[in-house]
Amino acid sequence: MPSKPAISYQKVTRSFGSLKAVDHVSLDVAEGEFLAIVGGSGSGKTTLLRLANRLIEADAGTITVEGENVQDVDPVALRRRIGYVFQSGGLFPHLSVADNIGITPRLLGEPANAIAMRVDELLELVQLDRTAHRDRLPEALSGGQRQRVGVARALAARPRIVLMDEPFGALDPLTRDALGDDYHSLHRKLGLTTVMITHDMTEAILLADRIAVMRGGRLLAQGTPAELSNSSEAYVLELLRTPRRQVERLNALLPASGAA
Amino acid sequence: MSLLSDPRWGEALSHLPDYLGNHVRVSLAALAIGLAVSLPLAILTRNRPVPRAVLLALASIVQTVPGLALLALFYPLLLLAASVTLAWFGVSFSAFGFLPAMLALALYSMLPVLRNGITGLNGIDPALIEAAKGVGMTPRQSLVMVELPLALPVMMAGIRTAAVWVIGTATLSTPIGQTSLGNYIFAGLQTQNWVFVLFGCAASALLALAVDQLLGLIESGLRHRSRLRTALGGVGIAALVAATLVPTMARSSSGYVVGAKTFAEQYVLSALMRDRLQAAGLSATARSGLGSSVIFEALKAGDIDLYVDYSGTLWANQLHRTDIKPRAELLAELKTALARDNITLLGELGFENAYALVIPKKRAEALGIRSIADLAAHASTLSIAGDYEFFSRPEWAALQKAYGLQFRAQRQMQPDFMYAAVASGEVDVIAGYTSDGLIAKYDLVTLDDPKHAIPPYDAILLLAPKRAGDERLKSALQPLLGKIDIATMREANLRASGNDANSSPDAVAKWLWGKVGQR
Repeated sequence: MPSKPAISYQKVTRSFGSLKAVDHVSLDVAEGEFLAIVGGSGSGKTTLLRLANRLIEADAGTITVEGENVQDVDPVALRRRIGYVFQSGGLFPHLSVADNIGITPRLLGEPANAIAMRVDELLELVQLDRTAHRDRLPEALSGGQRQRVGVARALAARPRIVLMDEPFGALDPLTRDALGDDYHSLHRKLGLTTVMITHDMTEAILLADRIAVMRGGRLLAQGTPAELSNSSEAYVLELLRTPRRQVERLNALLPASGAA
Repeated sequence: MSLLSDPRWGEALSHLPDYLGNHVRVSLAALAIGLAVSLPLAILTRNRPVPRAVLLALASIVQTVPGLALLALFYPLLLLAASVTLAWFGVSFSAFGFLPAMLALALYSMLPVLRNGITGLNGIDPALIEAAKGVGMTPRQSLVMVELPLALPVMMAGIRTAAVWVIGTATLSTPIGQTSLGNYIFAGLQTQNWVFVLFGCAASALLALAVDQLLGLIESGLRHRSRLRTALGGVGIAALVAATLVPTMARSSSGYVVGAKTFAEQYVLSALMRDRLQAAGLSATARSGLGSSVIFEALKAGDIDLYVDYSGTLWANQLHRTDIKPRAELLAELKTALARDNITLLGELGFENAYALVIPKKRAEALGIRSIADLAAHASTLSIAGDYEFFSRPEWAALQKAYGLQFRAQRQMQPDFMYAAVASGEVDVIAGYTSDGLIAKYDLVTLDDPKHAIPPYDAILLLAPKRAGDERLKSALQPLLGKIDIATMREANLRASGNDANSSPDAVAKWLWGKVGQR
């Protein structure tokens, strides 16, 4: 593991009223790593993610991003240098695809022609047809296309870190598979550090280098899939077994010589 | 004569540039102020539920005040403000016409703008506001780049409602001295000129419809993100405003302003005085339809230069006197009192327009009634009708006290309808006006007032303080003083109550001058 983690949580706690959404979590995300945070609804995974770019502030503990304590950085500047992909896109419905993608460079005051070139570059990167999609409004796109635009928007200001909040959760399985793979190759190609939330263990295992398992605000376990299978936590083992159990059930239901 | 070839359409049309231009100007200014106040308030309170609720409640309360009352209230309020600024800073402003109308209408426009603004801003998907934050927007950038554009269609719908309300309500600004399309309606109602009433209603409805449709175009353009529709609507509004404002901008409004209250006799007399001034080579316009409490203050402040009032009215309303003096004594005392405000009582026109109890002649004969004292014996079996203010005026209290009057029932009525009502027996007695032409038309009689409970109501000509030494004005008006007797005025009023081209105030004023000028 490189010496300086891209993101580091040290004993971080955040409560909402009496509910401890994140409870004494310590976690390092290495530079260039693809980390998946897995857990059920209300496990605190979204809160944990948003603490990194200060969409939510911590009550206690320390968070550093690229070595800097996030409390010492202006939150707006912090968010502009960290890419963020929202659940189901979060695209602005009144802005065209190009304007959505170019929003962060625009906020950073980059010149219009540079932004236009960057938008074209990004459309190509996320495999959207430039002429067909550039000037459309989000409502005219399919769910998968919208999420590709969401990824392009997150990458527009050339961030080194990308946070993703269940980015592919609402998509149909085929689109989801393709998008996951495409993003994974972008992650490698651009040398990104990615933290992705998912409730789907299969997706986590297939895409991530390491997996962090959250439950009731606590970090139950972290490690590669292989490391996790040695966990002493029953919940973690249960989660890990789910993909395999699904495969077994599918095998029982479908003829062995099926098309797949 | 067919309705369409009625020359009053032409007369109505000739006023249109003036009335419409002023109507659009006051509506536009009111909307602009209403928006300038409401939109920031909507934005400021979008995340603050308590101030938001208070604000909406206040705006709703304003909305429950009838438009006419709201407009009328602003006049004394501004007068007070003007006297305060005069005392403290040595500057004063006109509390008459444009300013009170604009402010009242602006207040009136606030509720729909506020409500829709707040609804629009609060209705935005929180995930989008989160996304705005997430891509690195400051709160201000989020407001300008995301929240306002997304709330705009809903806000626009509120602006549209406000525009229609303001344009409709602006017709009620005539009584506080703001020329508007309401001038047609007020003048028409008072002089039974239904062509004017119809014209005024149609013009303001068409204006409201046109503005509504154009704003609708902008709204739909914003909703469907069509620049073409938005631009078309904007150009349409701009063209409409320009077309209505340019003719009035070009016209200078210098010269003498002759005031008139809201009834036919006043319309006729103001037209007569205007004609006299013009005949003497002075530039003059008539500002008619002014509320009875507004007009005196307007004269005092110099917003109008002259008008005709009635001695008993000023005695009670301005001098706050409840005692009653003989005619000449009351006039002399009034003249001295008015002079203290630098108002010139130039003289009497020669007739009285007093309140009088009026019953059909046949009925009076059948009951053997000649005076109010005779009437008192029958009152408990009779019903009485008066105009909207009569029963709260000191005259009524004085009458009741002097004669012990107790009627079976009392009703308020539009003055023009009272005479027909008493003639048809719908009511038994009315509190009419001595100079009203309808008294002769319906064969009614006025009852004597042997105890002099009702004060004298001589028609008197008043000049504004700034015209106190204006000899040209005085000599132009001189031929009218003492020349208009009650019979002539009644006939003039009867003519004005007709519903044809010869009954317009201008036509009757010419007829009246024909009678009076030879004397």
